[in-house]
Amino acid sequence: MIFRVFDKDELKKLFNVMVSANKVIGPVEIGRDRDNKPIYAFNEVKSFDSVRLDYTTTKLPAKRYFLPFKENLATFSLDADDWQKKVDYNIDRPFIFFGLHACDINALNKLDKVLLGSIYPMPYYAAKRENMFIIGLDCTPQPYCFCRSMGADTALHGFDMFITDVGDLYFVEILSDTAFNFLKNIKTAEPVEDDHIQYMKVVSEKNKKFTTHVDTTDLTKILDMEFQSDVWKQWGEQCLACGTCSKVCPTCYCYGVEETIDINLHGAKKTKFLYSCNLIDFAEVAGGHNFRPERHSRLKYRYYHKHRGFVEAYEESLCVGCGRCGEACLAGITVPEVIASVRGEAG
Amino acid sequence: MDAELRFVNVISDAQMKQHRKSDLSTFEYTYKAEITNIHRLTEMENLYRIQIIDPEERRQFFFKPGQFLMLELPGIGEAPFSISSSPARHGDVELCIRKAGNLTNFLSRVGRGTHVGIRGPLGTSFPMEQMHGQNILLIAGGLGLAPLRSAIAYTQDNRSRFNSVDIIYGAKDPSQLLFTYLYDVWRADDIELSIIVDKPDTSWKGPTGLVTKIIEKMFAERDVSFYKNTYAIVCGPPVMFKFVCNMLNQKDIPMQKMFVSLERRMHCGMGKCCRCNVGSTYTCLKGPVFDYWTVMNLKEAI
Repeated sequence: MIFRVFDKDELKKLFNVMVSANKVIGPVEIGRDRDNKPIYAFNEVKSFDSVRLDYTTTKLPAKRYFLPFKENLATFSLDADDWQKKVDYNIDRPFIFFGLHACDINALNKLDKVLLGSIYPMPYYAAKRENMFIIGLDCTPQPYCFCRSMGADTALHGFDMFITDVGDLYFVEILSDTAFNFLKNIKTAEPVEDDHIQYMKVVSEKNKKFTTHVDTTDLTKILDMEFQSDVWKQWGEQCLACGTCSKVCPTCYCYGVEETIDINLHGAKKTKFLYSCNLIDFAEVAGGHNFRPERHSRLKYRYYHKHRGFVEAYEESLCVGCGRCGEACLAGITVPEVIASVRGEAG
Repeated sequence: MDAELRFVNVISDAQMKQHRKSDLSTFEYTYKAEITNIHRLTEMENLYRIQIIDPEERRQFFFKPGQFLMLELPGIGEAPFSISSSPARHGDVELCIRKAGNLTNFLSRVGRGTHVGIRGPLGTSFPMEQMHGQNILLIAGGLGLAPLRSAIAYTQDNRSRFNSVDIIYGAKDPSQLLFTYLYDVWRADDIELSIIVDKPDTSWKGPTGLVTKIIEKMFAERDVSFYKNTYAIVCGPPVMFKFVCNMLNQKDIPMQKMFVSLERRMHCGMGKCCRCNVGSTYTCLKGPVFDYWTVMNLKEAI
């Protein structure tokens, strides 16, 4: 692994080099909430001054750039009895993520496992993933963050470079040749021992700031044992089955497919739209039978998929502990509370 | 350096006609196929004969009994269907389809010659080769005969490789019996066929009740040694295969020698959309055919 340090003023120069020839997506403030706190989003940025390097958590994850909420899988041209299918992966140029936190990078790494690593890799995701340049950025733990419990508070891979603010300087980890070449455009230096010490100090300060924790010990077994537990029914009564948690989740990838015929009858579309396992018809089959008709069975399924099934398949959970779902939930359901209750710990 | 990132075209190397599961182009690749015939089986079910148009693609379409495919009508929809025909017929398949939703209702109104798309074959299969040299019980309830028919065809094609072959089939009433035109052929191929209906009409001369009644009769007639060398495939509604498998288990047929096929909603068939998940198992990848032991260990499967 290669490390460099550079003066804080240099970051703007790096941004300008990147934005001169590429589409750059970064964290920006898009408004204020009712408590006058900033609302952040990942949007296309043209100027360095609009990038909020101090952003906390965006309301929506970055997934609309690689798992759009709605995307055409194919278009058809219809001609009398015949048709032709045209498949497009819906990307024509690379893009740069300027400032993803570790949780969102880890979310991509987890998605890679199921969308690229298993049989039948998904080309729509692969095409975007292959054309993504990622600059990671360190963060400050918020009261709802439990990424450290999920092992997602640091990113080991899945980015091109990762920048940490170490006071007077930026400390950067370089993982790709492309990143190394980009950095030739600005003044960087080899870190010295003092920089290492400063980096470690910053990291250990950060670790002290986590206030929310989730005990994941033996969680797969506990979820199996407590499959019939009444706590699920209690959460089910609270849940509105609105699907917001999936929408704001950086790792939720479930979807539905719908086909429509163009109004002129000469064409048709096959469209994929992200879905949520909390929505009532998620597991309904033709003829009307629903395998998960109750809210609690769907909420439970969501936890099973993330904290048991994915662990069984890939030895890690499909949750990065970003806390977005708990913050966005209209019924105030949070992952740490649900898991604590299933473990029989008083919430 | 040149600051502009290079665009990576992920499909450029994957345009070939051969498909491996790991190729990105496989995901949305559709064989173009033609409905060559539609055979009305009952008021609700039709048997569609569908042929992949390109002869080379048709020859290379290999599937095993129990596997399914995704059938697509552009602009109408796409859904999974178990293949009902013999694997020896490759990409000239038969699908037994009930009018149940948008796509299947539309299908019931199209005619011969309609072009459809198929993706697949997908999913797991009944391990027919493992069953060689054994007795085989093929037990179906209702539309469960659709996936079972492919296994039946396999036993007909390979009759010398099995000892006794029994089909036990239950339907709600005589008008709902599927594949009636094949019953004499099955019997002629030395397959023991028992049919039972729950609600007989005046013309019905066979037994009345549930499939479990036939199985009880079989238990009374055959001695214990029969079950030592027996495999079972049970297709039908979950409540039916649960009862049947538990009965067979009393005769010490191991749960790993009983196979069932699960029905779930699917939007991709390739382990991505999660719609078919049982607990957290993808029915499209680990199923639809499971041995009964595995099903017992799946949360909310039955």
